[in-house]
Amino acid sequence: MARIVAGVGTSHTPAIGAAVDNGKAGQPYWQPLFKGYEPAKEWLAKTRPDVLIIVYNDHVNAFDFKMIPTFALGCAEEFPIADEGWGPRPVPVVKGYPELAGHLVQSLVLDEFDMTIVNEMPVDHGLTVPLTLLCGSPPHWPCRVIPLAVNVVQYPAPTGRRCYHLGQAIRRAVESWQEDLKVVVFGTGGMSHQIQGPRAGLTNPAFDKAFLDDLSRDPERLTRIAPLEYMREAGAEAIELVMWLLMRGALGPKVAEVYRFYHVPASSTAVGNIILECR
Amino acid sequence: MADDNYDDIPGTWIFDAQRARAGYHLNQFLYTLMKEENRKAFLADERAYLAGFKLTEAQREAVLKREWNRLLELGAVVYALAKLAFTDGRSYQYMASQMTGVSENEYVEMMLRGGRSPDGWRSKSERERH
Repeated sequence: MARIVAGVGTSHTPAIGAAVDNGKAGQPYWQPLFKGYEPAKEWLAKTRPDVLIIVYNDHVNAFDFKMIPTFALGCAEEFPIADEGWGPRPVPVVKGYPELAGHLVQSLVLDEFDMTIVNEMPVDHGLTVPLTLLCGSPPHWPCRVIPLAVNVVQYPAPTGRRCYHLGQAIRRAVESWQEDLKVVVFGTGGMSHQIQGPRAGLTNPAFDKAFLDDLSRDPERLTRIAPLEYMREAGAEAIELVMWLLMRGALGPKVAEVYRFYHVPASSTAVGNIILECR
Repeated sequence: MADDNYDDIPGTWIFDAQRARAGYHLNQFLYTLMKEENRKAFLADERAYLAGFKLTEAQREAVLKREWNRLLELGAVVYALAKLAFTDGRSYQYMASQMTGVSENEYVEMMLRGGRSPDGWRSKSERERH
């Protein structure tokens, strides 16, 4: 049977990808951030998952405004890298897992989560920056990836509680797949940040620390954070943290935190990284 | 029903259904700037390029003048707006600095000092008192 063994929370700030792509990762601005991700990279290499389910959001790259799916599951063989306005990132194409993705859709819809099925989709920094942070710059990504795109661009995003419940349903779906597969779930985006308007640049390390603490101690408390509270306390774009709750829901009731890293800033973002193993 | 009064957050334009409706053509224009040939065509003759989209006069002027906050107010979503900054060869931090009324260097420095504290920015009334 397939099983979810762990979850990773990580920011997906585009400037991080640009720093790697432009050879700036060793510069004083970026060096502490990449150093902070080294243990997570080693952990992933040692864990050797067969599949990553990456929960992320598209930033008006795959989806324009003709259609805005709330939860979209990538079911393609592969996903090309989006040109977001400065040329596509020079990273490998992302290989999917259509058989397992198809099973997830079927299981989730019957479990009353009405997923949008996506058979063609470029992936943007929301998905590729976490891969770069956790896998470095290999010629091919080390495992297959199922993208799960969540709308956090047009208000309202799905609530944290809804995301948490979807994560729980994903755990049930993965466990009903016959192949022996090791699956790791990424929840991406955040942490505190605002990138628009006169309030841009807002960060809230106290909010972020409490969020990281309660991913293992009291995730139910986190599911009660209202959309407005994310925006007031942690910046308009901190609503992305609902995607970490989707990841957390997929890990089952008990987890052990095995790594944490926090750093301000990457561009306008407070960056967080956490690894939670299922117990 | 959850507390939904996001208009009370100062210095912020939440991209909700009404703003998305008002900004639909504006955002679809910005979306075309993902392609290199479109970026070139736009920069070669901005007015002519914009004539191909059903923008309001206010939206058109705000694009031409790069009035970033005004564009947010008129329905642009910030991720689409970033494509205009990139088309100009500007960084995201440049655009953010323009929205906050400081130079790019000052903005970068503020972030290096840990960013903007939420104190004084949680609500419009807190902003007035601050």
